[in-house]
Amino acid sequence: MDLVQLQRQFVDYRTSLYHEGFLDEQFTQLQELQDENNPDFVVEVVSLFFEDSERLLNELARALEQQSIDYKRIDAHVHQLKGSSSSIGAQRVQKVCIAFRNYCEEQNVEGCLKCLQQVRHEYSLVKTKLESLFQLEQQILTAGGSIPM
Amino acid sequence: MDSCNCIEPQWPPDDLLMKYQYISDFFIALAYFSIPLELIYFVKKSAVFPYRWVLVQFGAFIVLCGATHLINLWTFTMHTRTVAMVMTTAKVFTAVVSCATALMLVHIIPDLLSVKTRELFLKNKAAELDREMGLIRTQEETGRHVRMLTHEIRSTLDRHTILKTTLVELGRTLALEECALWMPTRTGLELQLSYTLRQQNPVGYTVPIHLPVINQVFSSSHAVKISPNCPVARIRPAGKYMPGEVVAVRVPLLHLSNFQINDWPELSTKRYALMVLMLPSDSARQWHVHELELVEVVADQVAVALSHAAILEESMRARDLLMEQNVALDLARREAETAIRARNDFLAVMNHEMRTPMHAIIALSSLLQETELTPEQRLMVETILKSSNLLSTLINDVLDLSRLEDGSLQLDLGTFNLFAVFREVLNLIKPIASVKKLHVSLNLAPDLPEYAIGDEKHLMQTILNVVGNAVKFSKEGSISITAIVAKSELLRDSRTPEFFPVPSDNHFYLRVQVKESGVGISPQDIPKLFTKFAQTQSMATRNSGGSGLGLAICKRFVNLMEGHIWIESDGLGKGCTAIFMVKLGIPERLNEPKLPLMPKVPTNHGPTAFPGLKVLVMDENGVSRMVTKGLLVHLGCDVTMVSSSEECLHVVSHEHKVVFMDVCVPGMDGYEVAIRINEKFTKRHERPIIVALTGNTDKVTKENCMRVGMDGVILKPVSLDKMRSVLTDLLEHRVLFEAI
Repeated sequence: MDLVQLQRQFVDYRTSLYHEGFLDEQFTQLQELQDENNPDFVVEVVSLFFEDSERLLNELARALEQQSIDYKRIDAHVHQLKGSSSSIGAQRVQKVCIAFRNYCEEQNVEGCLKCLQQVRHEYSLVKTKLESLFQLEQQILTAGGSIPM
Repeated sequence: MDSCNCIEPQWPPDDLLMKYQYISDFFIALAYFSIPLELIYFVKKSAVFPYRWVLVQFGAFIVLCGATHLINLWTFTMHTRTVAMVMTTAKVFTAVVSCATALMLVHIIPDLLSVKTRELFLKNKAAELDREMGLIRTQEETGRHVRMLTHEIRSTLDRHTILKTTLVELGRTLALEECALWMPTRTGLELQLSYTLRQQNPVGYTVPIHLPVINQVFSSSHAVKISPNCPVARIRPAGKYMPGEVVAVRVPLLHLSNFQINDWPELSTKRYALMVLMLPSDSARQWHVHELELVEVVADQVAVALSHAAILEESMRARDLLMEQNVALDLARREAETAIRARNDFLAVMNHEMRTPMHAIIALSSLLQETELTPEQRLMVETILKSSNLLSTLINDVLDLSRLEDGSLQLDLGTFNLFAVFREVLNLIKPIASVKKLHVSLNLAPDLPEYAIGDEKHLMQTILNVVGNAVKFSKEGSISITAIVAKSELLRDSRTPEFFPVPSDNHFYLRVQVKESGVGISPQDIPKLFTKFAQTQSMATRNSGGSGLGLAICKRFVNLMEGHIWIESDGLGKGCTAIFMVKLGIPERLNEPKLPLMPKVPTNHGPTAFPGLKVLVMDENGVSRMVTKGLLVHLGCDVTMVSSSEECLHVVSHEHKVVFMDVCVPGMDGYEVAIRINEKFTKRHERPIIVALTGNTDKVTKENCMRVGMDGVILKPVSLDKMRSVLTDLLEHRVLFEAI
């Protein structure tokens, strides 16, 4: 595929992510922070987010399997997840986290489990999307082009 | 003698006496027999007779007596033994019954007598009731007369008509020959004949008021019979035979001054008029009690009617007086307005005339300053400039003040940025303050609205004036400016009891306090501060250089803005605090973004990068920590990251200028850290600025942050521009509480 087409594809894809609510302006901010001193800033942050989230999701699953559920701990984890997702602009994940926290307050097990499932789903979606985005970026860079803003 | 069993009468039958006895017996028997018949007849007629069986007894007794006498008739001649037997039986029966009856009568007769007494008693009662009926009827009639009289009297409010009507009606009702009214004269020593019934125009008879008969009448509230020969009654042509009875009654004259709200006027200081009523002569009529009562009631009614008439007269007079005064006031007002207009015209003309040369002087002097001058010349030109500036300020002040005074200065209301006003003042004052080595600090309350409706120019003028005074009059130390929204408890300051502001939904009261640690003012000088042109000794020695109008103008402005301004001082040498409150409007919510942005500092002012600024970031969340670091690194800061409070306390040093800490993580007490940092660094200028990053949009978080001594609160997520402006503001002002 030629460079211009790649770039156009990239832009379209990125716009669609915004439209569908996977990302919000925070992600834009992150991209603005990336400069020649910090060329891989976004990728680093996003990778850190992936690691963090996977750990948190596992913790959550384990906590919800217990006999007597420690809602405080669950709330703490969800809070973390919410914070991370809002820091990178993963809007949909963040929204589910908010709902998750409400169910935690109500100590509603079914609700929590349902939310956990939803979070997992949203997280995997956003992860796939971001990975595709980065792949496109990589392709453009190897083709010698620059990433359109 | 033959052997018949006849009994011989005792006396011979042919005797005359016997004959008479025979006839009498016959008639007795007849009578005795007819009595029961009559009794029966009449008892049957009467409806009630309780003693029937007594009658029966009595009847039996009578009948038997009659029978006895009847049988006796036979005993005058020869009669058989049978007759004698019958006779004896009859007599025996009669004896028995009559004894029984006699005994019975002993019981019956008292009852019968008492019936008689009861009857008498009832008759008396009936007579009494009849009498009372008569009385009531007369009373009712009197009442009717009174009502009619009262109606007539009270139907008018004119004195003369009232009195005339009274006399006429009384005369008619009571069929009087003459009725007269004597009124006290102005001196109060005589009674003058004012109105009579028959005579149309009474000649002015006067009678001294202290006659015994008059005193007698005046001292009693009843109608008093007086002699027809006394002076007040001798008003009709004498002669004729027997003058009719005369009655006099007092009529109280109530003065307005007698009317107290709480107590009805005392009778001791009253004036009375005398009403004299005369019955027709030769009529042998007497004054009846009910007629006297009628007269008394009428006299009272007349008193009331007269007082009403007096009140009406008084109120008419008062109204006329008021109208005159109104006219006079109107005239005065118009004259005053003309005077003011003349003055304003004068001022306007003078103002213009004065400003033009002033303008020329100032402009040309400043131009002169730009040219080549010798030091002496420069000094002279500077002095000229300074003086002319001063003069120009003076002219402006005077004009402003005069416009303020007659209320022709209108507030120029508009929506403006309150924070910007304060910042502007601060910027203007900073150079002077730093020259004098004074530290100026500004504290804006977190709930202070950013935008307000009011007169921006005058508000700034006021703040500038107050702050300027503070700066002018302190030689050293610090000046602190605090601006808060006045809450209702604070609104009532004990020193300003006459100021009652009422906050509402559209308005709030801005309270600005400027504290200076300078020379201070003695308490007795404080009131003079706000008066025009008054300069106290202490102020003059402070090298003021002002005309003394500044605070007076501030006061006028503040009053225009429905506020209050005052100065507190603990005394000479202890500094003083100027406080003012003004009413500002709250603007409608504009289409603001959900997180109100900080007022944007234009990017060509202020640094776009903060090279080498050492910053400490504390955040437990790895991702957001990294993002914050990225932001700050992009802005050129030197960022240290820590992820726990212990680490933070360990690492923080006086080299770090700013500490960003995330406080919305439950479990990690960012507040605790702030307190510890405060403790660690005792001197304020060594301490790094502590800023909280939080995702919580509630007041509690903000208040907590303020409480522990943090310098700022920012809402996450933070954009690049936001971070930039935040840092700019922080470094400039050391305070930043983002409006939540």
